[in-house]
Amino acid sequence: MTAASRQPSGAASYLRQRPGGSGHALRLYLPALLTLLPALVIFCAFWLLPFSRLIVMGAEADRSSGISAYLTILTHRQYLISLANTIGISLIVSFTAVAIAGIAGFFLARHHFFGKSVLVAILTFPLAFPGVVVGFLVIMLGGRQGALAQTSLWLFGERWMFAYSLAGLFIGYLYFSIPRVITTVMAACDNLDRSLEEAARSLGANTWQVTKDVIVPGIAPALLSTGAICFATSMGAFGTAFTLGTRLSILPLNIYGEFTNYANFAMAAALSVVLGVITWLALSLASRLAGGNLGASA
Amino acid sequence: MKSRLRFTLQLSFTLLVCLFMIVPVAMSVVAGLTENYFLGLESGLTLRWVNEVWQLYADTILLSIQLALACLLITVVIGVPAAYGLLRSRRRWANAIEELLLLPVAVPGLATALALLLAYGSYREFRSSWLFILVGHVLFTLPFMVRAVLAVMQTAKLPQLEEAAASLGANFRQRFFGVVIPNSMSGILAGALMVVTLSIGEFNITWMLHTPLTKTLPVGLADSYASMRLEVGSAYTLIFLVMVVPLLVAIQWAGKLTRRH
Amino acid sequence: MSSSVSITLTQCSRTFAGGNTALQPLDLHVEAGETLVLLGPSGCGKTTTLRIISGLESPDKGGRVQFGKRDVTALPIEKRDVGMVFQNYALFPNMSVADNIAYGLKIQRLPRAEIEQRLDDVMRMVDLQGFGERRIDALSGGQRQRVALARAIAVRPKVLLFDEPLAALDAKLRDRLRIEIGQLLRELGTTAVYVTHDQDEAMALGDRIAVMQAGRIAQLGSPQEIYHQPANAFVADFIGAVNCLEVITTRADGGLAVHGGELVAPHLTGVSTVYCRPEDIQVVPAAQADIRGKVVQSIFLGQTQRLMVDTGGAAPLQVEASSRQRYSHDAIISLALPAHVLFHPDRPTPSVRTQEVVNG
Repeated sequence: MTAASRQPSGAASYLRQRPGGSGHALRLYLPALLTLLPALVIFCAFWLLPFSRLIVMGAEADRSSGISAYLTILTHRQYLISLANTIGISLIVSFTAVAIAGIAGFFLARHHFFGKSVLVAILTFPLAFPGVVVGFLVIMLGGRQGALAQTSLWLFGERWMFAYSLAGLFIGYLYFSIPRVITTVMAACDNLDRSLEEAARSLGANTWQVTKDVIVPGIAPALLSTGAICFATSMGAFGTAFTLGTRLSILPLNIYGEFTNYANFAMAAALSVVLGVITWLALSLASRLAGGNLGASA
Repeated sequence: MKSRLRFTLQLSFTLLVCLFMIVPVAMSVVAGLTENYFLGLESGLTLRWVNEVWQLYADTILLSIQLALACLLITVVIGVPAAYGLLRSRRRWANAIEELLLLPVAVPGLATALALLLAYGSYREFRSSWLFILVGHVLFTLPFMVRAVLAVMQTAKLPQLEEAAASLGANFRQRFFGVVIPNSMSGILAGALMVVTLSIGEFNITWMLHTPLTKTLPVGLADSYASMRLEVGSAYTLIFLVMVVPLLVAIQWAGKLTRRH
Repeated sequence: MSSSVSITLTQCSRTFAGGNTALQPLDLHVEAGETLVLLGPSGCGKTTTLRIISGLESPDKGGRVQFGKRDVTALPIEKRDVGMVFQNYALFPNMSVADNIAYGLKIQRLPRAEIEQRLDDVMRMVDLQGFGERRIDALSGGQRQRVALARAIAVRPKVLLFDEPLAALDAKLRDRLRIEIGQLLRELGTTAVYVTHDQDEAMALGDRIAVMQAGRIAQLGSPQEIYHQPANAFVADFIGAVNCLEVITTRADGGLAVHGGELVAPHLTGVSTVYCRPEDIQVVPAAQADIRGKVVQSIFLGQTQRLMVDTGGAAPLQVEASSRQRYSHDAIISLALPAHVLFHPDRPTPSVRTQEVVNG
C-alpha cells in the first residue's frame, strides 16, 4: 500500500458535498419537536391544568374553618397530627425496609446457591401488588382469622391480631417496600467495583472492615435513594390503609374523607397538594442520589 | 468457620423475609381453592369460589383487560414518538420534559384523580364512561413507556443510524418507520409489559374515578374484601395473581433482552 | 528498605468452575529482591498466577505457595503482607489521597506519629507531596496510579504485586511512569511480580521475564535471553518481530539455501526454518549480498523504516533499515544475514549462555 491518501467514500463524502450543514440538522429538529406534541398536549390538558386548578383551589376557604385550606392545615391540630402520623410511619418503614432488605439483598447479591433465583423471585414479585392486595394479605396474616390469630388461638387460647392497628399498617407498608429495596440493593451490589474490596483486603482489612470502609460507602447512595422512594410510596399509599379499614389518621385517608364524605373540596385539594409536594421532593432527592427507577405507587 | 456461621445466619434471615413475603400469598391462594377456610385443606379443593368470582366480577376483569390494552395502544402511539423527540432534543429540555411527564407518578394517585375530578367531573358523559379512568391510567403509565423506549433508543445509537439512512436518501417518515421503530422494538416491548402490568394493578387513581358501572379488577377486589367471604376475596386475588405473575416474569425476561443490547 | 522474601510456587494450577483451565501445574521461583515480569497475551494465565501469589485465588489441590520458607497457601490475602497495585487503581472514592495511602497503616493500628511519618516518606517517593487532602476524583490518571503505588508501598509489604498498572494510561504517560516505577523498585529492593502484556514494559522493568502462553510458562529468563535466544517459536514471535526463512536444501559445505539466496550458519545444520530479527538484517551492496529480493512495501516509522522484501518465499522478509534511504516500489535490494544473527529455538546460539527453560 502506498503512502498516498485515498478519497473518502460513501456517507462521508456525501455529507461533505452537501451544503448548509446546519440546515441539515434543522430538518431533523422540527419533526422531533412535533413528535413530542401529542404527549405534551395530553399531559397539559389532563394533568398540568387540572393540577394547577387544584393548587388554586387549596387556597380557597375550608368548609369548617372559613379560612384558606392551606392555612387551616398549618393551624389546626387534627391536620398537623395527620401530617405527623403519615411522615412518621413513612420514615420508620423506610428505615426498617432498608435495613432488612439491605441485609437480605446484599446476601443474595454476593452468594450463589441452589434455589437462589427462587428466593429472589419470591422477594421481588410483590412489586406489582396494588395496595389493596397488600392490605388483604396483612389481614391474612394478622386479622381475625389470620395466621397469627389461629396460631395463638391454638397455643394460648386467645386471638392475637395486629392487622387493624398501627402495626398492621406498618406491616403492610413494609410488605410493599421490601421488594423495592431488594431490587435496588442487588443491582447496586452487582455494580460495586470488586477491585476496591480486593485492595482493602490486600492492605490487611478483615471482612468487617471491608464492609464498613468500602461496601457500605459504595452502596450508600443507592440505599438512600431507595429509602427516599420507600418514603414517597408510603406517604402516598392509599389502598393498603383503605383495605385495613384503619381508623388511624393519615393524609391519604383524610383526603378521601374530605372529598367523599364532607365534600370539602378545598381541604381535599390542599391536602393533596401538600402530600404531592412532599412526595415529589422525596423522589427528586432520590433521583439526585442515584439514577433511580420509580416503582409503582401502592 | 466464622464465614460458615455468617452465611448460615444471613441465609436464615433471608429465608425469614421470604417467608414473610410468601406465606400470606400462599394462604390466600389456598383459601381461594378450599371449600371452607376455617376447616382448611381437609374440606377439600374446589373451584366454586373461582366460579362465584367470575359470576360476580367478570365485568371488572374484562374492563381491566380492556383498559390495559387501550392504555397500551395510546401509550405506544404517543409515547414512542415522544421518546424519539426526547432523544433528539437538547439535553436540558429533554430532562425537564421527562421530569414533567413523571409528575403523575411522583405525586400520589389520589391527587391526580382529584385534579381530574375537579376539572372534568362536570362533564357527565365523560365522567361516567371508562374513558375517564383510561385518562388516569395513561397519565400514570406514559412515563414508563417513554423511559423504556428512550433507554433502548439511546443504547442503539440511533442518531448515527439515522444519519446513515439520511445519507442514503431516506426522508423523515421513512427513517422513523424503517430505522427508528425497528431498532427500538425491545424497548417498546419492555414498556408495553410495564404499562399493562401497571394498568391492571392500578388502584389509587382508579378508586376515585370509578363509578358502579365502571369497576376495574382492583376496585372489585376492594369491594370483595369488604363485603364478601374470605374465600371469595381469596379466589379473586388468585385470579389477579394469575394475570399478573406471568406479566412480571415476562418483564424480567424482556429486561434481559434490553440489557443484551 | 523492607525485608523481602523469595516466592516459590509448586505445582500450582487453576481450573475455573466453567471448565476453563487458566493455569497448568506451574513451578516458579522468584528470588528475594528480584522483579519478575509475567508477560503474555490475554488468557495466558499471568493474572491468575499473580492472584494465586497474592492470595485472592487459591491454587487447585496439590498446589503450594511459599514466601521464603513459610507456606502461605492457606492464608487469605489480608494475612499475607503483600502490597498490590491494580489496573484501575482501586482507590477508595470516599477517602482523600492521604486517607487512601494511610488505610493499610490504620488497619495495622500504627501510632499516629508513625503513620504521618510514613505518609510523608511515601508521598515524597512517588512525587505527590502536598496532595494529601485532595479528593480522588480530582486527580489525573497518572496521579491516581501514583496514589495506588504509594498505598501499596506504605505498608512495607514483603512482596509487591502489580496487575497491569499502566494499561489504562496513554502512551507518553506510560513511558514516564514505567521509568519511575523501575527506579522505585530498585530503590525499595522488595520482591516484585509484575504482570503486563506490553513487551517494552517487560524488558524495561524485569530482572527476569516469564513469557506465558495458554496457562504455561513458555520461557523464563533475562530480557536479553528472551529476546536473543527465544526457546520456542511462540516466544520468538511474541517478542519483537521475527522472520522465518524456509530452508530449501542444505548444501554439502553447510550452506543453507533459502528463497532469494544462501545463508551460512554452521550452528544450524539440519533445521528446516531459520529465524532472524528485522533489525539484524543489513542492506548491503550487491557484492556482499546473502539474499536478494524486491521491495514491495516500505513503512515509515519515524526513526526507522520497515521494508517488506519479497524473496520468493511464502511471506515477505521484514527488514528494519535507516529511514533516510528511500526505496522505490519493486526496487531490487541486497541483504546480508551473518551467521550470528540467525537462530533457531532448538539450537543454542554460539558465544552466549544457555537459556533457561521451565515448563516449556
